[in-house]
Amino acid sequence: MTIRITAEEMTQRSRDIVHDRKHIEGPMLPILHALQAEFGYVPDIAKQVIADELNLSRAEVHGVITFYPDFRDHPGGRHVLKICRAEACQSMGSDDLADRARRLLGVDFHQTTPDDAVTLEPVYCLGLCACAPAAMLDGEVYGRVDEHCLSDIVGRLNR
Amino acid sequence: MSLIHEIDYGTPASRSENQVTLTVDGRSVTVPEGTSIMRASMEAGIQIPKLCATDMVDAFGSCRLCLVEVEGRNGTPSSCTTPVAPNMVVHTQTNRLKDIRRGVMELYISDHPLDCLTCAANGDCELQNMAGAVGLRDVRYGYEGDNHVRSRNNGEMNARWMPKDESNPYFTYDPSKCIVCSRCVRACEEVQGTFALTIEGRGFESRVSPGAHEHFMESECVSCGACVQACPTATLTEKSVIAIGQPEHSAVTTCAYCGVGCSFKAEMRGEELVRMVPWKDGQANRGHSCVKGRFAYGYASHKDRILNPMIREKISDPWREVNWEEAFSHVATEFRRIQYQYGRDAIGGITSSRCTNEETFLVQKLVRAGFGNNNVDTCARVCHSPTGYGLGQAFGTSAGTQNFDSIEQSDVVIVIGANPTDGHPVFGSRLKKRLRQGAKLIVIDPRRIDLVRTPHVEAAYHLPLKPGTNVAVMTALAHVIVTEGLFAEAFIRERCDWSEFEDWASFVSEQANSPEVTESFTGVPADLLRGAARLFATGGNGAIYYGLGVTEHSQGSTTVMAIANLAMVTGNIGRPGVGVNPLRGQNNVQGSCDMGSFPHELPGYRHISDDATRETFEKLWGVTLNNEPGLRIPNMLDAAVEGTFKGIYIQGEDILQSDPDTKHVSAGLAAMECVVVHDLFLNETANYAHVFLPGSTFLEKDGTFTNAERRINRVRKVMSPKNGYADWEVTQKLAQAMRLNWNYAHPSEIMDEIAATTPSFALVSYDYLEKMGSVQWPCNEAHPEGSPIMHVDGFVRGKGKFIRTEYVATDERTGPRFPLLLTTGRILSQYNVGAQTRRTENVTWHSEDRLEIHPHDAEQRGIKDGDWIKLASRSGDTTLRALITDRVSPGVVYTTFHHPGTQANVITTDFSDWATNCPEYKVTAVQVSPSNGPTEWQEDYNDLSRRSRRIAGKMEAAE
Repeated sequence: MTIRITAEEMTQRSRDIVHDRKHIEGPMLPILHALQAEFGYVPDIAKQVIADELNLSRAEVHGVITFYPDFRDHPGGRHVLKICRAEACQSMGSDDLADRARRLLGVDFHQTTPDDAVTLEPVYCLGLCACAPAAMLDGEVYGRVDEHCLSDIVGRLNR
Repeated sequence: MSLIHEIDYGTPASRSENQVTLTVDGRSVTVPEGTSIMRASMEAGIQIPKLCATDMVDAFGSCRLCLVEVEGRNGTPSSCTTPVAPNMVVHTQTNRLKDIRRGVMELYISDHPLDCLTCAANGDCELQNMAGAVGLRDVRYGYEGDNHVRSRNNGEMNARWMPKDESNPYFTYDPSKCIVCSRCVRACEEVQGTFALTIEGRGFESRVSPGAHEHFMESECVSCGACVQACPTATLTEKSVIAIGQPEHSAVTTCAYCGVGCSFKAEMRGEELVRMVPWKDGQANRGHSCVKGRFAYGYASHKDRILNPMIREKISDPWREVNWEEAFSHVATEFRRIQYQYGRDAIGGITSSRCTNEETFLVQKLVRAGFGNNNVDTCARVCHSPTGYGLGQAFGTSAGTQNFDSIEQSDVVIVIGANPTDGHPVFGSRLKKRLRQGAKLIVIDPRRIDLVRTPHVEAAYHLPLKPGTNVAVMTALAHVIVTEGLFAEAFIRERCDWSEFEDWASFVSEQANSPEVTESFTGVPADLLRGAARLFATGGNGAIYYGLGVTEHSQGSTTVMAIANLAMVTGNIGRPGVGVNPLRGQNNVQGSCDMGSFPHELPGYRHISDDATRETFEKLWGVTLNNEPGLRIPNMLDAAVEGTFKGIYIQGEDILQSDPDTKHVSAGLAAMECVVVHDLFLNETANYAHVFLPGSTFLEKDGTFTNAERRINRVRKVMSPKNGYADWEVTQKLAQAMRLNWNYAHPSEIMDEIAATTPSFALVSYDYLEKMGSVQWPCNEAHPEGSPIMHVDGFVRGKGKFIRTEYVATDERTGPRFPLLLTTGRILSQYNVGAQTRRTENVTWHSEDRLEIHPHDAEQRGIKDGDWIKLASRSGDTTLRALITDRVSPGVVYTTFHHPGTQANVITTDFSDWATNCPEYKVTAVQVSPSNGPTEWQEDYNDLSRRSRRIAGKMEAAE
C-alpha cells in the first residue's frame, strides 16, 4: 500500500531533513541520501528547499542530483536489482544476464514492475570484477551470478 | 568601417607583479606569473585551438583541444589550465597534437548538426573555426549513432533530443547544437553571479539546464546575456541575429540606461542594429551587461515614437503635425511673447539626464544666454541633488570618490538605500563577485533586497530600518565607532580638521545617538547595529555604496553628510577599495549636474554669483549673465500656479511622472501658455504640452555620457536620426530661431567649449577620448590621465569637514488614518518611468507595478495575493495589485513606479530635502484597503491621456 503525503508535508519533512544536516561540512550529499531514504526518491520540491537552506541556486542542486544515477526523481520499487554492465562483467556474460533479468521481471532497465515490487537498474562496476558477472539486490552484492542464481534471487523476492 | 573583433586570450589576465619568460614555438614571451600557456601564446600572437576556454571565465580544461607539448614534461597538458614557468619551452603544433586535436574534433562533430549554411552562427561560430583550424576532413564515426541532433532516429523518437527553448524574448537555446563546453554555466556563475545554469546528467547525457530542467523564463535566469556572449556555437543565440543575420560593422558606444555607463559594441548591418554586445575594454563594465543595455533597445524603433514636430493651441486640441521650421519659429515667437508680456523670468528650461553632456550644456546655455535668466534645472533635483550638496560640503566636490574597479579591493561594503542587483545590475554582479571572494556586506534597507541573501552571497548584517530614519542609524553607527575608540585617529589628524572632529565626536557620543536609544524609533536592534559598526570600522577597506533610498528624504543631504562622516572617521577615503559611492540612477545624471544644470551653478559646480566664472562665460558668449540663482523645478511649478511663470522647454524628461505630487505638477503645467516637450514619445508631461519636438536616441547621435564614477564615455552615432535631427541640433536650431548666433557643426566643438570654460574638463576632447578610451574627471594639467580615485593626497576642499547630523523626524507621519509607510524602488527589467523599457519585450518580466505588503498587514485588511487594492495617502490615491511577501517588514509597503497607469507619485507628498528640495519619495504614510477597480483620478487621467494624444489625420494609437 502506498502512503500518500501532501506537498506541504513533504516540503516540511524535507526542510527538517535539510535543517538537521546543513551544518556538516559538504552537506549536499548527506542531505540527498537522507531524502532518498525518507521518500524513496529525491522529490522535485526538495530542490528549492535545499537551495534555500544552503543558499544555492535551484540549478546547482539539480546539477548535483542528476550527476548521480543513484538519486531517483520518482519512487522506485520496494526492491532494487542492479546488474553490473562494466567491462569485466560484460566479458563474463553480463549482457545475457541482463536479458534474462529483463525477461524474468518483464521490465527494461530503469523500469519498475507493475506491482511496484522490483526496479531493475544497470550499474557500472560493483568492485567485484574477480567474481564477475556481479549483481546487487537492495545493497547486498552477489558474485558469479548465473541463470540459476538469478532465478533464485528473483524468486525469493517478496512480491 | 568594419566589425570590431576583440582578442580572446582564453583565460583571465594574471595580476601578479612577477614576470616570467618562456618560449612558445620559438618565440620568447614575457608574462605575469600565473598566466596560462594559452594566454601567453596569444600574447605572442599564436592562437592555440580552443573551445571551452574564453577570457571572461576561469580555465576549465574540458574540451581537450588546446593541448600542447612542453619540453621536459610528459604528456600533452591543456594550455588553458597549465600556468607558465620560467624558461619553459612550449610547442603548440606537433604531429602528435595534430592527431589528438583532429580526433577530438571528429567526436564533437559526430554529435553536431551539419546545417552550417542555414545556421544563425554561420560566420561567427568557434566550432566551425576550430574544425577549420585542426584540418577536419572526415568524421569516421558517421552520424547514425546515438545523438542529440535529430528528433527522430530511424523513424523512432530520439529521447536524447530536446526541442529549442524560445521562452526568453531575446535569445534561444537550442540543445541540439550544444557541445557542453560549460562556458554559459561558468559565465552565469562567475560573471553574472546568478547561478541559473548547470550541467545536468553526466557523460553523454550531459546537457545545459536552466534551473532544474526548466525553460529559461521559468528558471532563475535574469537575461543578462553573459551566456549568449560566451556560447561558441549557435546554441545560445540572439533572436535578432536569427532574424537579421551577422553584423558587418560596429562602433563602441555607451549604454543609455543606468549610471553604471556600460560600454557596448553596437553591431550593425547597414543602419539596422543587429545586437548590442558588451565591450571587454569598457572600464565600467569589463565586458558584462544587463538585460536592459544588452537587449532592451527596441524602443528606438517602436511605433509609438514620434518623428514629426507637432503643435496645438490648447492642450484639449488634437496635435497638428508641422515642419521643423514652423515648430522652431512658433516656439521662438511664443517664448519672446511670454517674456515681453510677463517678464524675462517667466520662462525656463529643464535639462535631461538622459541626453549627452553636450546637449545638456546647450540647454543651460540657451536658458542663461538666450532666455537671459537662470531658470534651469534637471531631474537630478529629484534624485541625487543631496549627493551634490552633501559631498560638496564634506569633501569639496560633488561626486563619488572611486572607480568601479575599486570594489575588487573592498573588504567591507555598506549598501544603504540602494538595490544594485536591480537598479545597477552590472555593478551588482561585480559586487557579488567580490563578496564571493570573502568581502563582508552590511545592508541598510527597510526591505530585504536580493543582496541580503542570494546564492553564494549573504549579508553579514541587514539593518531593516524604518523608512525615514537613515540619519539616526548612520549617526548611531558613528556613535559606536567613536565611543568604542574604533576611529582612525591618524587619518583624521592628518586629513581632517581635528577641532571639527572633536565637536562632531562629542555630538555623536551623546546618549541620544546610541543604538540603544535610537532602536525605539529606527526599529534596528542595538546589538545588530553595534556589530555592523564594529565590522565596518575594523574589517579592512570599507566602502559605502548608496542610492536614492538615501537622498530622496527630507533629510537626504544630512544622510549624505553622515555617510561622508562615517567614511572619514574610519579612514576610508583616498585609496582603492574604500570611498563614498553614490549609485547614480540615469546614464548621464552625473554629467547633467557637471554641465551646470542647476539654477545656482555654472558648469563645473561654480556658483553663479562668482564674478570670475561668470566673466569666463560672458566673454565667450557675448552676453551679460544674471548673477542671481534662478528657479528650481518645484519653484517653477509654484510660480506657474501663481501666474508668473508661463513657458518651459523640457528636454528628455517626464516630470509629470517622475516628480512628486502629480496633481501639483499637472496644475502647474496646465497653468502655462507654452509647454515645449522634446522627447522620443508622447510622454505623460506631453499631455500638457503645446509643442512637441521629436527627440533622437543614443544610437542616433555623437556625444558623451558621464557615469557614476565620473567617467566620460563616448556615445557614437550608428544610424541617422529617424526624426531628422540629433537633440543637440534641435536645441541649436531653436536657439538660432531665437536669434542666437550658434554654429556648432559637431558635438566635439561643444566639448571643446566645455573644456575651455571648465577647469575639471580642461584636457577633455574627442581626440583625447579616442586615444584614452575614456577618462574620469577631473582631467586637467594636474591630472592628465583623469582621476580614478579622488582625494588621494588630501581633500579637494583642503581638510575634510565633519558635520553634525542631527536626526529630525520627517513631517510625514503615520497615524490612525494612514498607518503604513510606503517606500518605492525599481526592478531589474524596467527603467525609471518605463518610457523606454515598457516599449520593449522587457514587459515580459514586469507587466505592472505591484504593492509589496507583509502577510500580517495583508491579513488584517483581508487582502490576498493578487487582489486589487486601493493605496491612499494624504495627497491622493491609486489602485494596483498586491504582492504578499515578507521582504518588507510589518508596517512597511513597497512599490515600483514603472507604469504610468499606477501613478505612484499621485500618492507621494510634497515634502522635500531641506537643502536641495529633493522630494521625499521614500516615505509616505498610507492606508491600504481592498478595491475593485481604478480610482476616479486614474480614470480621469486615462481619459485625458487618450484625448491629449490625438494627432489630426491619424488613427488613434492604442497604447
